[in-house]
Amino acid sequence: MNRLNRNEMAARVARDIPEGAYVNLGIGLPTKVANYLPADRDIFLHSENGLLGMGPAPAPGQEDPELINAGKEPVTLLRGGCFFHHGDSFAMMRGGHLDICVLGAFQVSAMGDLANWHTGAPDAIPAVGGAMDLAIGAKQVFVMMELLTKTGQSKLVEHCTYPLTGIGCVNRLYTDVAVIDITRDGLLVRERVDGLSFADLQALVPVPLVDAGA
Amino acid sequence: MIDKIVSSLDAAVAGIHDGATVMIGGFGTAGMPNHLIDALIAQGARDLTIVNNNAGNGETGLAALLKAKRVKKIICSFPRQADSQVFDALYQAGEIELELVPQGNLAARIQAAGAGLGAIFTPTGYGTLLAEGKETRRIGERNYVLEYPIRADFALIKAHRGDRWGNLVYRKAARNFGPIMATAAACTIAQVDELAELGDLDPEGVITPGIFVQRVVATATAAC
Repeated sequence: MNRLNRNEMAARVARDIPEGAYVNLGIGLPTKVANYLPADRDIFLHSENGLLGMGPAPAPGQEDPELINAGKEPVTLLRGGCFFHHGDSFAMMRGGHLDICVLGAFQVSAMGDLANWHTGAPDAIPAVGGAMDLAIGAKQVFVMMELLTKTGQSKLVEHCTYPLTGIGCVNRLYTDVAVIDITRDGLLVRERVDGLSFADLQALVPVPLVDAGA
Repeated sequence: MIDKIVSSLDAAVAGIHDGATVMIGGFGTAGMPNHLIDALIAQGARDLTIVNNNAGNGETGLAALLKAKRVKKIICSFPRQADSQVFDALYQAGEIELELVPQGNLAARIQAAGAGLGAIFTPTGYGTLLAEGKETRRIGERNYVLEYPIRADFALIKAHRGDRWGNLVYRKAARNFGPIMATAAACTIAQVDELAELGDLDPEGVITPGIFVQRVVATATAAC
């Protein structure tokens, strides 16, 4: 089977982001999506620390410590971009003004619950940032993650065992082997990579899937 | 004549008492008022409760205040980072109390304090560990968590330019928590890169109106 690598996953997500969308890309893997957004499409990238119209990383030597993204890396501002304070920034998120957010995840449940902020390990220092606001605020929440853990466990589960970030908030899952919509009618498999049958995919996850193409 | 400009960083942080709740602006190091924090370390106040998005980066600014053991409790959204070693060590040694707040709830609770609200109902965090034990309410089709305002005795913020009436403008993404923290503290102290003459800031572009600011100090001011 032709499992997608992380860059290919990012390119796949980017294909589904339309002209005019206001989008927040979570830190980590989702940040890569920005590398694949076509330059001829006006897409507004939001950064929780007060930017709309965020641009790519600056050329070496052009970094400004007061122009950073949510991951605290140097970025640029596109012409037409703007700055605002945290109250406005999270109103954009919580108030349903963002069209799409793309988040990473430890686990997603069949009901669309998301776990992506804390492993729950007793010695872990918890940190949540804007994850809970993003999870419940955007019109559509996309998760991108490998379907299986390194030890082969499905990250798409019946119930999350990691602490939740949000309840019933995930709309679509982009994995390295399939694209799956989480709907009231169940988990609709939209796409599978070449060489992976529906039955093969179903065998990987502990929850029932629906073949949207069938 | 009203002149909120103080002539030294020492004067800027005068009166911050032991046990005070102090908001500190910044997202990571962008917008962190390092000059004011250094002055606060020199001033000596202890047992502070700090409100910031993070819990210090590297060894300077908020991290230096933590390292000087002046902080009893921190209220923040994202303490753990690659360079949060000072906080991490204090936390693991049980020497600092942490109240973890989702970032948007942190902002909303600060805004609620500044706007005189008694509490807010927020959808963020509903059904999660961070809402455990809190009052909830279903309003329309959604579930919300009751959260209380966070107010402070002092706010230390960084702005780009300020005038003697306390009007402020910021620079790029260094704005972040500054404008909302300014509304939520009894005494807001702004360090600015440049002082502006009254009337030089475009009134259409003033981000923080001077009513929210009690002291302004230029970072070019010689320390002490």
